[in-house]
Amino acid sequence: MKAKVHITLKNGVLDPQGKAIASALHGLGFDGVGEVRQGKVIELQVNETDEARAREQVEAMCKKLLANPVMENYTIELSA
Amino acid sequence: MKTAVIVFPASNCDRDAATALEQATGTAPHMVWHGETEVPDADFIVLPGGFSYGDYLRSGAMAARSPIMADIIRKAEAGVPLLGVCNGFQVLTEAQLLPGALMRNAGLDFVCGMQTLQVVNDDTKFTGGLKGRSYVDFPVAHHDGNYEADEETLDRLEGEGRVVFRYVANPNGSARNIAGIVNEKGNVLGMMPHPERVISPILGGTDGAAFFKGIIEALN
Repeated sequence: MKAKVHITLKNGVLDPQGKAIASALHGLGFDGVGEVRQGKVIELQVNETDEARAREQVEAMCKKLLANPVMENYTIELSA
Repeated sequence: MKTAVIVFPASNCDRDAATALEQATGTAPHMVWHGETEVPDADFIVLPGGFSYGDYLRSGAMAARSPIMADIIRKAEAGVPLLGVCNGFQVLTEAQLLPGALMRNAGLDFVCGMQTLQVVNDDTKFTGGLKGRSYVDFPVAHHDGNYEADEETLDRLEGEGRVVFRYVANPNGSARNIAGIVNEKGNVLGMMPHPERVISPILGGTDGAAFFKGIIEALN
């Protein structure tokens, strides 16, 4: 299966990169832009056909390495 | 006195740390490659500065999961003194030997230069050489040194005397101006500034020499 892991900063964690992006967008004339938060997406190929087992594995990967629970949240999207 | 410096791919202060340790102990430290699974017998271990694994994923994230770390965590839990400088501090938080995280500098700039630090607690295993000193000058050089933790953790660190160094002029947005903290047991210190870079007048300062000498004297 394919897994897509979305990693985002927790609410309240300062995101200086997001702020810089917001200010660059304002500079380009996109006045309607409010807060910007930057995250990352990691795509994985998992050798597993069962969705529940695949999710369990990717969940473990997130906890062990892919996300830092101190400052980040993650969501997992699975597809065949 | 046996000491060890752990070398990760793209560590770049490992030899500076080795020089500082050799100056303080008279003996060259073991240089231990991250792919090893055991640190040779050492009374004091240093995780040096640098950009281990190119700062991929998060600063210190990959190094914190490298093969040598299982033994380092075991030794830290057994009470062996462990110092993480700069990237070493990032590795210690990623390995959960210290609380919190080191985020991108609030101003987004790489900050580089001498910093005056307040010695908040001179009564630790690591600060015997700084006794009675209110301030020391150590340089910083980092992009991800903005220390963050939840309010409860910050209150606990302050309440338990575990904030060891504070910036006088905060260069990176760190919560409560924190530059260095120790773990609950007091045997693991993480700090962003580089004491190993000020161990001789020709390097611009000697506060780092006093710092390392104090650590070694406390161990002897």
